[in-house]
Amino acid sequence: MSEIKRMDLEYSQLDSDRMRINVGPQHPSTHGVLRLEVEVDGEIVTEVVPHLGYLHRSFEKHCERMTYQQIIPYIDRMDYISAMNNEWPYVMALEKMLDIKVPEKVEYLRVIVSELNRIANHQIAVATFGLDAGAFTPFLFYFRDREYIIWILEKLSGARLLYNYFRVGGMAADIYPTFKQEVLDVVAKVRKTNAEIMNLLIYNSIFIKRTAHVGILTPEVAINYGCSGPVLRGSGVAHDLRRDEAYSVYDRFDFEVPVGKGEVGVVGDSWNRNMVRVNEMEQSCRIIEQAIAQMPDEGDVTALIPKRIKIPKGEVYMRAENPKGDLGFYIVSNGTDKPERLKARGASFVNLSVIPEISKGYMFADLILILGSIDIVLGEVDR
Amino acid sequence: MSPQEIYEKLKKDFGDLVTELVDVPQTDPYIRVQPSAVFDICHSLRDDAGLEFDYLMSLSGTDLGEQLGVVYHLYSMHHRHKIVIKTEVSKENPLVPSVERLWRSADWHEREAWDLLGIRFDGHHNHIRILLPYDWEGHPLRKDYQAPETYHGMKVS
Amino acid sequence: MGLLNKLDDPYEGGGIVLGKVEELLNWGRSKSDWYLHFGLACCAIEFMAMNASHFDFMRFGTIPRTSPRQADFIMITGTVTFKMADRIKVLYEQMAEPKYVISVGSCSNSGGPYWEHGYHVLKGVDLIIPVDVYIPGCPPRPEAFEEGMIQLQKKISQQAIFNKRKKLGIE
Repeated sequence: MSEIKRMDLEYSQLDSDRMRINVGPQHPSTHGVLRLEVEVDGEIVTEVVPHLGYLHRSFEKHCERMTYQQIIPYIDRMDYISAMNNEWPYVMALEKMLDIKVPEKVEYLRVIVSELNRIANHQIAVATFGLDAGAFTPFLFYFRDREYIIWILEKLSGARLLYNYFRVGGMAADIYPTFKQEVLDVVAKVRKTNAEIMNLLIYNSIFIKRTAHVGILTPEVAINYGCSGPVLRGSGVAHDLRRDEAYSVYDRFDFEVPVGKGEVGVVGDSWNRNMVRVNEMEQSCRIIEQAIAQMPDEGDVTALIPKRIKIPKGEVYMRAENPKGDLGFYIVSNGTDKPERLKARGASFVNLSVIPEISKGYMFADLILILGSIDIVLGEVDR
Repeated sequence: MSPQEIYEKLKKDFGDLVTELVDVPQTDPYIRVQPSAVFDICHSLRDDAGLEFDYLMSLSGTDLGEQLGVVYHLYSMHHRHKIVIKTEVSKENPLVPSVERLWRSADWHEREAWDLLGIRFDGHHNHIRILLPYDWEGHPLRKDYQAPETYHGMKVS
Repeated sequence: MGLLNKLDDPYEGGGIVLGKVEELLNWGRSKSDWYLHFGLACCAIEFMAMNASHFDFMRFGTIPRTSPRQADFIMITGTVTFKMADRIKVLYEQMAEPKYVISVGSCSNSGGPYWEHGYHVLKGVDLIIPVDVYIPGCPPRPEAFEEGMIQLQKKISQQAIFNKRKKLGIE
């Protein structure tokens, strides 16, 4: 230091060239095939330009060529971490257009599998966020627990990741005899691990130093950018469609909508966004417990599934609370068995667009954490 | 506000630029507007007291056969009401004013509508393709789209 | 495999193993393959689960590398789009010989569910780079990943290193 002083150099005189760095599309911490073109001044990020489309799989074109039932597997492959949640708004939209009232048992089963999948999604989100900050153990803990959830969903639907379980008017298969007990066991495991993670990761001082005060998103900016889900709630806006629009039977459950409180850092930073996900896991556990208790034993979940679906002319926009945010489907029907147009409004797609806004002025290493705290899935971004 | 009230308010302010309110079964009620007035109407929808649609849920382009359509699904966080705005443009000159300055979320949605359907948005600050490669030809979600034989020497289908 | 079994052989015991140098080299190569993980889509999530506690992919001696120059094989896990195809080619060319490719999942095997109307999906990664092992499934189960890895190890351990051209009957 002393030598530098003798040379009469000040920081402002140090000429740090602006560089353009390319992150991705093949990069371990871009959570998929996202490409970020980053301009840095020294180590400070001055501009971020996301380039999308490396996983553009022509989803919307497929929808125009497939019958309504055949579309469900493609919807699984959009947000492939939470496939159950994806299918729900789609079948809800079709049920609204066909005017089908699904049985109570189906509604409860949908709530249970969706909340289980929400927990699995948040486990991956928090685990990989920890991984970005350099913590590997939470990743192993969460993936161990996630596997128990996957096993239940596999027993129900037959698939580990992409379930194809929802049907218009019902579900593909009924529950198995030990289902309720197994779900309650998993809920206990999730709670136990979360309690461990609190000490291991969330309140770890290194983790707090890396994530608190990083990537601050104000509520006004979040709403203007159309953010939803934990990204919006991390900024303190209590917007949750499960409560605000109370679709299905969500009005019968007692649960809270966790928002960023600024307990550590400030409201809207990466730590608070992540904390919302951890708290949501607990709320999902509560919903599952209540749903298991209220779920009727009688009833056939496959009874009302129509063999052939012909949707009357019309159009509907249906959205539901995905683990990533609001997932909306805009379906235009022309009276045949195939949609005229199906537009998916992915939560990740909209949430990601806020990245250039909130990562300016932070260090390059923080950019990776900001991206991790937004929790994107490129299948939904690029479709 | 109900769609009827929103329509009456817009009709009072903009006159003939607001064409009609369509409220038929099986369809979310929507207001059809002239493409030239999209920006002004959306501005009024966002800022006027009582409306305050601060959240653009979705912006979709559609191919209607003869014409191209743009559909705006709006939501108000404050009042918790929704409205759908629709406009139609010809395929020869598909030009719609950009609402990117009102809702930043429209930025990527408009780029997507340009990429997949070829709808141009006047006033968009970065009007380039978003999903497909920059040298891709054509707009795949048009009904008459023919996929190219090859792309960079790779067989497409 | 073959080499270790000889240690159990009571007639050639005493810790002495007779074998070819080629066998020794291949034994070493097949048990320590570092890979470049090219996670593209859904299969990559299943591969993450594969790497985690329950399945422990590293038991095969595989270590994930983030640079193609340190990798022995590349795992293409997911849908290859045209926008991505050039990058895969570049990464494959940057890998040092001998190099192998595992194609994971229906999409990278053949285009998968997107083979018919996927205007932006490459119908199989084998159209641009040579593939050694195909793992089927959409996405493949962890057991399928294990089987694929075993197949690759088998392939490596049976390869000719010396007098390759002679053995192949080229000369």
